[in-house]
Amino acid sequence: MPSWSVNDQKIPQGRLALVSYVFVTIVVLLMVGFWKLQVVQSGHFADLAERNRVRSIPIIAPRGPMIDREGRVLVDSYPSFSILLMRDDPKSLEKSLPQIEDGLGIDPSDLRQALDAAKSEPKFMPVIIKPAATQADIAFVDSHRADIPVLELMMVQRRRYPHDSMLASAIGYVGEVSVQDMDQSDGHYRPGDLVGKAGLEREYNDQLEGTDGMRRVVVNSVGKVMRTLDNVEAIPGRPVQLTIDYDLQAIAESDMQGKEGAVVAMDARTGEVLAMVSRPTFDPNDFSVRVPKEEWQRLNTDKQTPLLNRAIQAQLAPGSVFKIVMATAMLESKAVPENFTAYCPGSAVFYGRTFHCWRPQGHGTVGLHAAIVDSCDVFFYNVGKQLGIDKISFYASGLGFGRRTGIDLPSEEPGLVPSEEWVERVYHHKWYAGETISVSVGQGAVTVTPIQLARMAAAVASGGTLVQPHLLKSFPNPKVDHFVLSDNTVEQVTQGLYGVVNEGGGTGYHLRLQNIDLCGKSGTAQLMSYDAANRLGNKKMDGWFVGFAPRRNPEIVIAAIVQDTMEHGGEAAGPVVRDIVKAYYDKKTARSQQQATTTSPAEPSSTKPLVATVGVPHP
Amino acid sequence: MKDRPRTQDFDWVLLAIVAAITTLGVLEIYSSTHASAMAGMQWKQLMWLGLGVAGMFIISRIDYHTLMDQAPVLYMFGLATLLVVLAIGHSRFGAKRWVSLGGGPNFQVSELMKLIIIIVLARFFSEVRTDHLTLPDLAKVAVLTIVPVGLILMQPDLGTAMVLVPVAVVGAFLAGIEWKHLAIGFVLVALMIPVAWNMRGHLKPYQQQRIETFLHPEENPRSAGYQVLQSEIAVGSGGFWGKGFGKGSQNQLGFVPVRYSDFILAALAEEQGFIGVCLVLLLYLGLVLRLVDNAQKAKDRAGMYIVMGVTAILGFHVLVNASMVIGYMPVTGIPLPLMSYGGSATAFVFLALGLVMNVRMRRFVN
Repeated sequence: MPSWSVNDQKIPQGRLALVSYVFVTIVVLLMVGFWKLQVVQSGHFADLAERNRVRSIPIIAPRGPMIDREGRVLVDSYPSFSILLMRDDPKSLEKSLPQIEDGLGIDPSDLRQALDAAKSEPKFMPVIIKPAATQADIAFVDSHRADIPVLELMMVQRRRYPHDSMLASAIGYVGEVSVQDMDQSDGHYRPGDLVGKAGLEREYNDQLEGTDGMRRVVVNSVGKVMRTLDNVEAIPGRPVQLTIDYDLQAIAESDMQGKEGAVVAMDARTGEVLAMVSRPTFDPNDFSVRVPKEEWQRLNTDKQTPLLNRAIQAQLAPGSVFKIVMATAMLESKAVPENFTAYCPGSAVFYGRTFHCWRPQGHGTVGLHAAIVDSCDVFFYNVGKQLGIDKISFYASGLGFGRRTGIDLPSEEPGLVPSEEWVERVYHHKWYAGETISVSVGQGAVTVTPIQLARMAAAVASGGTLVQPHLLKSFPNPKVDHFVLSDNTVEQVTQGLYGVVNEGGGTGYHLRLQNIDLCGKSGTAQLMSYDAANRLGNKKMDGWFVGFAPRRNPEIVIAAIVQDTMEHGGEAAGPVVRDIVKAYYDKKTARSQQQATTTSPAEPSSTKPLVATVGVPHP
Repeated sequence: MKDRPRTQDFDWVLLAIVAAITTLGVLEIYSSTHASAMAGMQWKQLMWLGLGVAGMFIISRIDYHTLMDQAPVLYMFGLATLLVVLAIGHSRFGAKRWVSLGGGPNFQVSELMKLIIIIVLARFFSEVRTDHLTLPDLAKVAVLTIVPVGLILMQPDLGTAMVLVPVAVVGAFLAGIEWKHLAIGFVLVALMIPVAWNMRGHLKPYQQQRIETFLHPEENPRSAGYQVLQSEIAVGSGGFWGKGFGKGSQNQLGFVPVRYSDFILAALAEEQGFIGVCLVLLLYLGLVLRLVDNAQKAKDRAGMYIVMGVTAILGFHVLVNASMVIGYMPVTGIPLPLMSYGGSATAFVFLALGLVMNVRMRRFVN
């Protein structure tokens, strides 16, 4: 028997017992450990387990469409897919890159740049490599799910502007919510959410944006969806019906094609904006995906300011259109007799300075009516001199200049009505009397926006009722200001404005329309002083035309400006006004004929739904 | 005094505890895998258990003295096998641990080394013959242990390598290690920790990651720390009563890593709650106490050392595995004996239990 197996030693019972005690202690400690997790912290871990297995997937609510006053779609949304690149597996990512570049037609350097930009972000955050996937792209991702697992599709709702740049300045555009807006929204917005950034998209963002839905799903440890727990459908944004008339808008757009300037057409009685154009402009579709940095730079630094809505933001010298205000001030204040006449030799000297009339050969002796019709500057220089700047300022302000019209668009500009008080406050010197002469013909310090001009003309023709312009069809309680004008004033001024278009020798005679009492006033604002323009040979001007119809209590009023033109306002901007007015009346005639047939008792059932949607816009 | 060892002398109480633990294990394996691509795994586990029980009977028939006689041969055989594995074994999960057994199932040879080290150290401690373990003896024990540990570490398999150490520690303790040597040993281990920390650059990346993960689990929620975190979530969310059999979301949806094997206790904790965990831990406590009881009743010190070797390894497995599941120890790939799915591991446990039965059957034999 080997030495080691000789059974001559006792079993060390004590030490064996000690080993048992050690193990008992360990088991007790383990139980304490499990107790801590399973009893003390069980709520916390139950919560974590729930979050583990339940994933909330947002369902993006489509933004509400914008429709015109007759229900025609101006803006809508459509479901689209973005292609995501998963970055949590760098090895297979690198391997698939060439294939992805090839299959999706992405420039390798762009792809690299997108990946580099996301370097500091956590690995599980995917990168959007193609925001608007085409059918072919989607097919590519779907068919390569097995061999390119790093690609994923995400459904998004994208904004669509089917008429491209039509009405773009008023509509505005959408973009990703800014960090500040996100912070202020109290958790309402998440990164990447689209919000209205400008124009109506911004003004009516609350109505247009829906409420995103949420799908709660159970996922397994590799993220595969096992089943759906519940589904809160997205609530789509509400549609916004605009006062815009697509037909009139289209005419305004085509008339302004290639020009610089703005048009605003408005229902003179209600303030409903029927058409609004600003040129140059942009295509909001470019913003609905992602604006390339260079494009954004270009839009912002372009001297022609395509992002400006000139109809409400361009503050310009009104030129001779301001003579409507002058004539009103003259008649209302009675500071100048009604039968006042002036002799116009083509220029006149005031305070030692020569002021030219637009017609170098002069108008001869003119009274108020003729001075309006042929836009005699010398007549109104004299009127202005007698009125003084403060009376002019009073009536200009009363007719809505120098303050915002309150149109439902962001960032409207107020323009400027100069006064003695203003010049002292801002320039700390006394008012130069000579400046009054310039202001009398809408030059000098006075500036207005096209929407203000349209409203002013409507106000004068309707006896002093200033309506609040608006683009929302169901705009609640548009504000109405009253700057009451005497009937005599209204009659005389509108006669003059009627003459502009309908009397031979009027600056707008070429614009006259059969059976339509189109009235208006042209204006031509010099961009630099008379002398400087002559010296430099620069004859570029801003050409205005403000027109309305009919003569008293007009239905439609239009202000148009064509900037940087060689033509006078009547020639440059007049045809735009004429075309819109003509189209307005053509539609009106067609509508009343249709109404006559559909309401005939012989065919009561043939009432087309079109009538219902058109409604009765002009009660 | 009986002349022959008899199967009736098996420790039936011990086997009842084993049966209870394996039953819970098989049920939990079923629960964890029935709804997945691995469905039916419980049948395989039952097959391993059957093979294990057969192995237990076979090994119990060979007198442990005979086995100990062959200790040097077994030791050399074990080391040679480990070397062969390092040379030709095939990798699985980034480590060479497996040898192909002639077209049959692969066998993790380090499991075999566990059995061999039990026998070798039992033989060594039996030869000491005093109640005072001298320093040279201690050094020999260390060398005997460190050689296979080193070879297993080179596979690399930190978990199994560590498992050999308790056999030496418990054996040395029973052999009468001096308290001051024990104290010095503890101090040395304490000193080793910072050294090992500075050496971590030499570890395999996955080991480094496991250590980093253990120290800072929250920093890397998608990788290895993710495993521990998911395990803790499973355990914690199970609560006191558990979510019910087959109803643990962490388990059923696959958030718990290797839920049928190394993390089976997390799966059970989620579905059976604190109550279930306590039952399991008490069964293991019963197992260990019963093993110690067998050691106390062994005929000789050789038998005692064998039983306590088995006890040390099984106890260590339970301690490390349960601690890992609740995030108290790093993930080392040490399964929960008798519950975790696995052929080699199950085979080892039953062969080890066979040694225990071997000793018990012969306590009255002369």
